[in-house]
This record gives sequence, structure tokens and C-alpha cells, in this order.
Amino acid sequence: MKAKKYFLESLLPPLMGLTLFILLWGMIAQTSPNLPGPIKTWDSAVELFSDPFYIKGPNDQGIGWNILFSLQRVGIGFGMAALIGIPLGFMIGRFEFLNKMTSPIVGLLKPVSPLAWLPIGLLVFKAADPAAIWVIFISSIWPMIINTAVGVRQLPQDYLNVAKVLNLSEWKVFTKILFPATLPYMLTGIRLAIGTAWLVIVAAEMLTGGVGIGFWVWDEWNNLNVEHIIIAIFTVGIVGLLLEYLLITLANRVKY
Amino acid sequence: MHKYVLIENVQKSFETRQGTFVALKDIDLKIARGEFITLIGHSGCGKSTLLNLIAGLTFPTAGAMICAEREIAGPGPDRGVVFQNHSLLPWLTCFDNVYLAVERVFGKTESKAQLGERVKEALALVHLTHAEQKYPHEISGGMKQRVGIARALSMQPKVLLMDEPFGALDALTRAHLQDELMKIVAATNSTVVMVTHDVDEAVLLSDRIVMMTNGPAATIGEILTVDLPKPRDRLALANDPHYHKLRAAVLEFLYQKHAKVAA
Repeated sequence: MKAKKYFLESLLPPLMGLTLFILLWGMIAQTSPNLPGPIKTWDSAVELFSDPFYIKGPNDQGIGWNILFSLQRVGIGFGMAALIGIPLGFMIGRFEFLNKMTSPIVGLLKPVSPLAWLPIGLLVFKAADPAAIWVIFISSIWPMIINTAVGVRQLPQDYLNVAKVLNLSEWKVFTKILFPATLPYMLTGIRLAIGTAWLVIVAAEMLTGGVGIGFWVWDEWNNLNVEHIIIAIFTVGIVGLLLEYLLITLANRVKY
Repeated sequence: MHKYVLIENVQKSFETRQGTFVALKDIDLKIARGEFITLIGHSGCGKSTLLNLIAGLTFPTAGAMICAEREIAGPGPDRGVVFQNHSLLPWLTCFDNVYLAVERVFGKTESKAQLGERVKEALALVHLTHAEQKYPHEISGGMKQRVGIARALSMQPKVLLMDEPFGALDALTRAHLQDELMKIVAATNSTVVMVTHDVDEAVLLSDRIVMMTNGPAATIGEILTVDLPKPRDRLALANDPHYHKLRAAVLEFLYQKHAKVAA
């Protein structure tokens, strides 16, 4: 009974949605000769994922390598953004003067498309790969600064009163009150940042080349291999979903 | 009588957009060692402000405040505070919440084991030994408030300041905690200043009840000495005519002399 209820309420609706989506896709593919249908794409995906880690020269490597290289760029750019953005967010949240000082800069630069920073990266680093990492860095630093600062500012006055009454040292205030109280906000910032970073990496790699899922999409477009482009879209989606799921799981562990 | 806490001519005003708002003025109060004082008054009369002044969380605009022969220049471990909403840190266990206070006061002179002993003693005093390793969200409101009391007592403060500590609890839990507080205060011989809006609580616990007039520019209206013998028993007091006379005096002050127009 319980299994049946679970199936009806939790599994059936998403399965129906996916089936409908694939049927619709198949129907559109029937009328448009250039768009491969679901079955053709599936066959191509099985072939592609049966050997994900081959290397046949710099521009022809397995899909596994492409994903890993993209993840690596995101990891480095995102990691550096966290290293700078989170402490900066703490300071902006704690000191009103610093907040007023930085808010016009953050406000001005935040709405800029991350790709607009690519030429600056190419100019400064004189290489494609660090330029792509730079774009990831700049796109993921804003949500981390802003959310950390908001978290610090949202700190309940009660906790600050406890700190005052107990006469805690600045270090204790940070480790026992400020940091744990801000952690959920920080993780929201990290989740938003990694979402944006993963969104941006495809576009950045299309422009910079090298091994990576974004460049692979562009390469397959030049080869007119549309099945592979569709596979890439699904792959990017699934990896993004996994990253999001990972961070939500992490965030749930630090809810008080 | 040894004056332990001395408040002289204290005034507190706040700057607002409409100009200066005088919350308290002409506050004079002397508290003896081991005395239990309650501050009572209608909401907005500045009784919490007065408590925060003694705690050192805010500073008077004018006047002098002295605790144990030293001027109150900020919060300090000689004044333990119990907050209305317990204010435990949700990411620390009950043990660690108390430990944070103990470590600050005794950390420089005592070993970790000794500090741990102090925490255990404080929690035992409020009968919470079994909940040591629980987090605040795992225990009831009354238990949280008891941890708050244990945290304040663990610092061995000279004065215990309580801001409506039982205000958010149900009547039965409140009565239970009042009884426990009476025993703890008797055992530790603490000096207590407590804010309350509960007339029965004030008469049951206090040596003196400080009744405050309505704000703005609130001040001390009357001070009532509660000369009921200790230890007090709430059941025996229920039939004590003197208890009812004292209770009537507080009610008369609050609802006749200084009745507040319903807001």
C-alpha cells in the first residue's frame, strides 16, 4: 500500500512529465529533418558514454574528459572566489563604513554579464584557460560577498547581547556566534555562485576553446553533429542538478 | 544596610526623529546584598531599560550607577543576565552553552576538567543533568529558560539580572520555575533584580517591589517592602491575609493610581 502511494504521489508525475517531453520532442523531430529524435540521440549517447575517457589529440577527447576539465575550471575559479568573497562578505557585514564604501562598486559590477570580463582576462593573462577561470571567478564572487554580508547583518541582537553579557573575546564571538549564525546564508551564496559558474562555463569555453564541455558543443556544431549537442545539453543539465543537490544536502546539515 | 547596587539620579533618553525621548528620569535605587528586587510596571514603562542599564548593555544619559563599589562601565561577569527569550545559541549543546560562560570567567585560572565540573554543577542546580548533551531545539521552553539561568549562575555573578524570565512560559511551568528559583536564590544567597509584569510573581519572590510609573519619563512610583517570612510556600500564602494585602497594594498602584489607557 505504502509503495503504491509513493509511486502515485512521488514517482508518477515526474515520469509522466518526462515521457510527455520525450514524445513532444519525437513529434517535432519527425517534422524537422535536421533535428535528431530521442531514439537516435539515445543510441549516440550510449556509444559516446561507452568510452568516455579516450584521447585522440588535443581537440578530440572523450566526454568524460570534457566534463572533468570544465568542472576543474569551475572548481578553481569558484574556490578562489570563495577564498576572497567570503572573508570580504564578513568584513562588509560587520563594518558599516566598509559596506558603504563597497556597495557602489558591487552594485555597478554585479549586473554585468560575466562574459564581458573575458577580454579583460585574455588581455591580463594572455592565455585562454586562465581567462575562462577568471570569468568564473568574477561571476561567482558576487553572490558569495552579498549573501555572507547579509548573513552577518541578520545576526539577531539577542546573540550579540549574549556575547556582550558574557564579555566574549572577538575571536570567540567570531567562532561561536558570528560564523555559525552566518553559515546558512554563506551556503546559499555558495549554491547560487556554483549555479551561475556552471551556467557561465559553457559560454566561456565556447569562446576560449580547449578541452571542456562548452568547447565540445561548439566543436560538434562545426561538425554538424546535432545528436552530440543535445547530449551535451542534457549532460550540462544533469551535472548542474547534481551540484545543486550536493549543496542542498550540505545546507540541510547545518540548519538549526 | 550595605548598599550593593547603587543607582543615583539616573536618566535615560533616546534620540529619535521626533526629537529627544526621555524613557527614564530621576531613578534612585539602593539594593542590598542578598536582596530580591522586582521591577513592575505597565509595558513601555522602561523597566527593561533600567535592567539593561544595570547590565551595562546601555548607558545612562545622566546620573551614576555603581555595582559592588565599582562604576558600571559595560557588561561584566559580575552581573549575570537571564534573557526573556532564553537566548541560547542553537548550534551549541546545553553543556557548551554554559561552558562558554564558565570558560570566559574561570578559563584563565582553572583546568578544563574544573571548568567542566562547574558546568555540571550549574546544570545540576537547575535539575538538567540529563539534558547536558541536548541541543536547545530538543528541549522544552521551560528547560531552555533553566539552561539560561544555569548559564547566568555558572559565572558566580554578584548580581543576577532577570528580564521577565518566565514571561513566555505556561502558568504551571512558571510556578514550578518560581519555586526552583526561590530555592536556588536561598542556597546561593544571590542578589537578584527581576523585571516582571506578574503581580503574584512579584509578591511571591521579592523582598521589595519597585513599582514604576508610566512612560514617557517614567520613574519609580512606590517601593513596597514584602515582609512575608521566608521560605515562602505558594499554597500557604493563598490563605494568608497579609499576602493578599500586599497583592492588593500592587494592584491598586497599577490599576488605580497609574492605570494605563488601553493602547
